[in-house]
Amino acid sequence: MSQGSVETQLDRATQRKRQSGFGGEIRRAFSGLQGEETRAGYLFILPNLLGFMVFSLFPIVFALYITFTEWNLSKPPAFVGFANFITLWNDPLFWKTFFNTAYYTFVAVPTGVFIAFWLAILMNRKMPGIIFFRTIYFLPQITLTVAAAIVWSWLYQPEFGLFNYLLGLVGIDGPNWLSSTRWAMPAIIIMGNWQGMGFAMLIMLAGLQGVPNELYEAAEIDGANSWQSLRYITVPLMTPTIFFVVVTSLIGAFQGFDQFQIMTQGGPAKSTTTLVMYIYQNGFSFFKMGYGSALAFALFVTILIITFVQWQLANRWVYGFQQD
Amino acid sequence: MATSTVESKRKTTTTRNQRLGRSRQQRKRIGDLIAFSLLTLGGIAMLLPFLWMVFTSFKSTAEIYSYPPKLLPREFLWSNYIDAWTLLPFNLFLRNSATVSICVVLGQLFTCSLAGYSFSRLRFPGRDRFFFLYLATMMIPFAVIMIPLYVQMRWMGWVDTLWPMIVPAIFAPWGTFMMRQFMSTLPRELEDAARIDGASFFRIYRAIILPLTKPALATLGIFTFLGSWNDFLWPLIIISSLNLKTIPLGMQAFQSRMPLKTPWELVMAAATFAILPILIAFILGQKYYVQGIVTSGIKGGG
Repeated sequence: MSQGSVETQLDRATQRKRQSGFGGEIRRAFSGLQGEETRAGYLFILPNLLGFMVFSLFPIVFALYITFTEWNLSKPPAFVGFANFITLWNDPLFWKTFFNTAYYTFVAVPTGVFIAFWLAILMNRKMPGIIFFRTIYFLPQITLTVAAAIVWSWLYQPEFGLFNYLLGLVGIDGPNWLSSTRWAMPAIIIMGNWQGMGFAMLIMLAGLQGVPNELYEAAEIDGANSWQSLRYITVPLMTPTIFFVVVTSLIGAFQGFDQFQIMTQGGPAKSTTTLVMYIYQNGFSFFKMGYGSALAFALFVTILIITFVQWQLANRWVYGFQQD
Repeated sequence: MATSTVESKRKTTTTRNQRLGRSRQQRKRIGDLIAFSLLTLGGIAMLLPFLWMVFTSFKSTAEIYSYPPKLLPREFLWSNYIDAWTLLPFNLFLRNSATVSICVVLGQLFTCSLAGYSFSRLRFPGRDRFFFLYLATMMIPFAVIMIPLYVQMRWMGWVDTLWPMIVPAIFAPWGTFMMRQFMSTLPRELEDAARIDGASFFRIYRAIILPLTKPALATLGIFTFLGSWNDFLWPLIIISSLNLKTIPLGMQAFQSRMPLKTPWELVMAAATFAILPILIAFILGQKYYVQGIVTSGIKGGG
């Protein structure tokens, strides 16, 4: 009797050991009815997960490693610690491209969002042809950036381009646009806004339609005119949408490459070279992989900081943001 | 006497309300008119580059450099298009772009819907941790990945082939994220019923979930197609041979080949038929694309 109970006690102990902890979790996951679900679960994500690990996850870790090396691909990488970051900090070209990128981002995004907001307000009416307008305003967004950049280069042509001609009609002597250190970036900003506005406008439109009508009606009964209802109802309730558009636009604008490469190749005098362009040049023209990676991480950190700051500021001005 | 004043007062009150109603209507009509004209002006500004591109593509070289510039060409030189097509192997560019984009879309639709189903519906250990990993990597800008990814492509011998533009794109986390979000909104009852009837998980995926996710699949397909077609930086890094260039690269090659005496009419012709496929794809799938943007905006904004 006592022998049997010792055995059963041992069995129970091992059983409990088997059931507990991570090992137990795995065992439970693979047994019985749950087992089929677990197997299916892993099987279904397997192709995607493998590909993800190889092409998304591993590169990130690898990039971090490259940052601490000096590597031009013809010799094995040499470990140099933080040297790349020190070079970065002292590199005037880095700061110039950083400034260029910031200039572009912090001019293009506010103006673009502002215009898109008003466009959305104009479009938020029951009028005939709204879908037609919406398509037209969205069309630049889906155009090949490269093709659009080429077309705009032609429009900006100082002697034969349309813009200087139109300016001439009102008596203004148009500048050399893409060849001028002063006007090249504004020119690209205009083009970038032309292309990017559709996205912002669409989201704003959706946000506008989310504002409940009863509020407007109540305000009208209380005697508010349309300007007041805009200021006290529409704008506050739109702040979440505006916030989303601003943050995504900032992140996107800071990584601008295509139109800059096509329209000015970064000139004149490097006044339109963006950070991503500089990373590209370092990585694939000069094959300075380590430095390029360091620059890329600087870009990443900057975007994080910008987003973080936006997030913190949001508590002040975005409606309904104080949740935590 | 008293009754007539009351009656006349009632009459004036009614007409005042009518007047107020009419003036509110009038105000709305004027507002609509203003909005319409502003939108039209803006619309013209939006379309102007396109119109200019198309009209320039039909002009002759002499007309291009005429000052003041005229909008319409004197005659429509369709030969420009043929010249542009033959100057650089645009048929190859088109073939490459189409191959890449179609493969990426099909690959993404398949693997991401499968994974999305698994992440949203099936329970297995580590599921949420894996998904969080997907989410975290989505925040990393492409510039960080492009250098190591290029090195990896070199190791695999894939540089200057079409593979690097297809395979990594298929496994981009964004697609799985979107699929999972959408599938978690589907009601569970259908699946539970099917499970009780003894269906395997794959069967459930194929027969129940997949048909219900058609709109999300369409949206994902359109987004992925446009993103892949328009991609410029990554192909620029990978491809050097002329025959493997995609359309964006081809356009740039066109532009950079003739810096000084740029035959703008040919460049415009090339630009026009570079844009044409996406234009068609967009017009066909417009509903899904717009919906996709709007839902992501509302989720992120609300």
